[in-house]
Amino acid sequence: MEARTINETDYAHIPGWGIDADPENDPTYPMKHWTGDDHQRLGWERPPLQPVDVEILKSIEHPRITAVFGTTAPPMGLSGMIRRYAFKYSESHYGHWLPLILADRVGVVEGIIDDLRHGHVPNIFAEKGWKAGWKYNKQGIITKVAVTVAVTAAVVWWLRSKNERRLEA
Amino acid sequence: MLAMNYRGPQRVRVSQKPMPEILHPQDAILRVTRSCICGSDLHLYNGNVPDTRVGSTFGHEFLGIVEEVGSAVQNVKVGDHLIVPFNIACGHCTFCKQGLFGNCHESNPQATAVGGIFGYSHTAGGYDGGQAEYVRVPYVDVGPVVIPSGMDHDDAVLLTDVFPTGYQAAEMGGIRKGDTVVIFGAGPVGIMAAKSAWLFGAGRVIIVDHIEYRLDFARQYAQCEAYNFRSLGDPVVFFKKTTDGLGADVCIDAVGAEAAGNAMQTILGRKGMLQGGSTTALHWAINSVKKGGIVSIVGVYGPTDALVPIGNVVNKGLTLRANQASVPRLLPKLIDHIMSGRVEPKKIITHRMPLEEVADAYHIFSEKLDGCIKPILIPPAARA
Repeated sequence: MEARTINETDYAHIPGWGIDADPENDPTYPMKHWTGDDHQRLGWERPPLQPVDVEILKSIEHPRITAVFGTTAPPMGLSGMIRRYAFKYSESHYGHWLPLILADRVGVVEGIIDDLRHGHVPNIFAEKGWKAGWKYNKQGIITKVAVTVAVTAAVVWWLRSKNERRLEA
Repeated sequence: MLAMNYRGPQRVRVSQKPMPEILHPQDAILRVTRSCICGSDLHLYNGNVPDTRVGSTFGHEFLGIVEEVGSAVQNVKVGDHLIVPFNIACGHCTFCKQGLFGNCHESNPQATAVGGIFGYSHTAGGYDGGQAEYVRVPYVDVGPVVIPSGMDHDDAVLLTDVFPTGYQAAEMGGIRKGDTVVIFGAGPVGIMAAKSAWLFGAGRVIIVDHIEYRLDFARQYAQCEAYNFRSLGDPVVFFKKTTDGLGADVCIDAVGAEAAGNAMQTILGRKGMLQGGSTTALHWAINSVKKGGIVSIVGVYGPTDALVPIGNVVNKGLTLRANQASVPRLLPKLIDHIMSGRVEPKKIITHRMPLEEVADAYHIFSEKLDGCIKPILIPPAARA
């Protein structure tokens, strides 16, 4: 992209243009050392570019893929399809973020299926760190288990009774 | 190699993953010597950051020894022991050139609002992080620095994020000598913000949380006042009363998306994920600061909309300052603070655990068990 330079004569028709400009008055100070590079737009000298050899989902707000990127966990399966859909929308849009959240949850199920496919039964209790929980917070773990069992039992009871009512009707 | 492996909300394990490779001429591969779990990792752990993919490795606070470098690397060499800032920064773009290393535009294709961050979801670039035996470090010439001779490595690892983020929180507050500074959140970043506020000449530093052991720690370590918001009634009224009815000069939000204290925010932001996190701390900060005051935000929020009293920002003429910490910019100054003995960040480390026990470490940190302030993970080779 072409660098944009400020030519003060372009603004000569505007009375007082720039008369109060104060480069020191930068709201990002002291984080930002104002150099004027903002007006160079995308004109900086780019680093070498990382070869793109996995699928990278690029924000549609980016004009180009960045010089480096991570390559972990490329999109795949149903969650990958949802992610590709999400990247049709900008970062300013719920159409971007909500499908990504959904894809994350779908990815959890895909992860369990993938574990089982590879003969690995995930040890959910260990993954949740409940060994440490049992050591330091027995009451909390017992409460969690009790609530989970109670909610599951209530749902099962409700589904069964709904089924029975339907059969009776 | 062994690496932390995210399997879903509140489910992580250590498993074997392929060794990282040089993918770019300015990359290095580091053998990790220690890594921390950050409070912001808990947002990932709890499934609150969109595009956090199963199979990812977290960890943006780590030290490591250079094992291999790319063809264009000039400033570091094999064997160097590095402090690695959490920001992945190119040093070339408009933002890096002006010191905004947390806003690099050449490190994250998936989003424009945030630069690349190690192990922080695909929304932050899709990089594997340092809670592993080895890690790929892009642009190794730009951000990382060799650990200064004589520096305790526990101090060094806290220079990757926690100390700089706390320091920048205070810096963005524009603290003038004598100011009253209220910090929401007594986690590691809030505690370091309190410590840093004194460096800027604050006259009174107050920290707020609801975890008693953290408040006790903050009182001792950061020599500040500490209050449990559950005992204050309405915290905003309390802070008005304790500042002559005017409000604090500076308020700092060091909590972010998982703030407690307001049932509606908890339901909308934490449980329902209907907004980019629970904004309770930010809400209190805006309403507790004086007219014309400054609210500094380093708490991490999700990218979606979030409820804050923006009308009060306008009516009170507030300045909001916020950013990811620009670690490379701050390192020289903070190294000096440590080497001169003014600040000892390592004192906030309460738990030192083997990498293999990462699931337990996350659980302890997340549930705030066993007096946990800051846990670090040590890979097997670094324990030998």
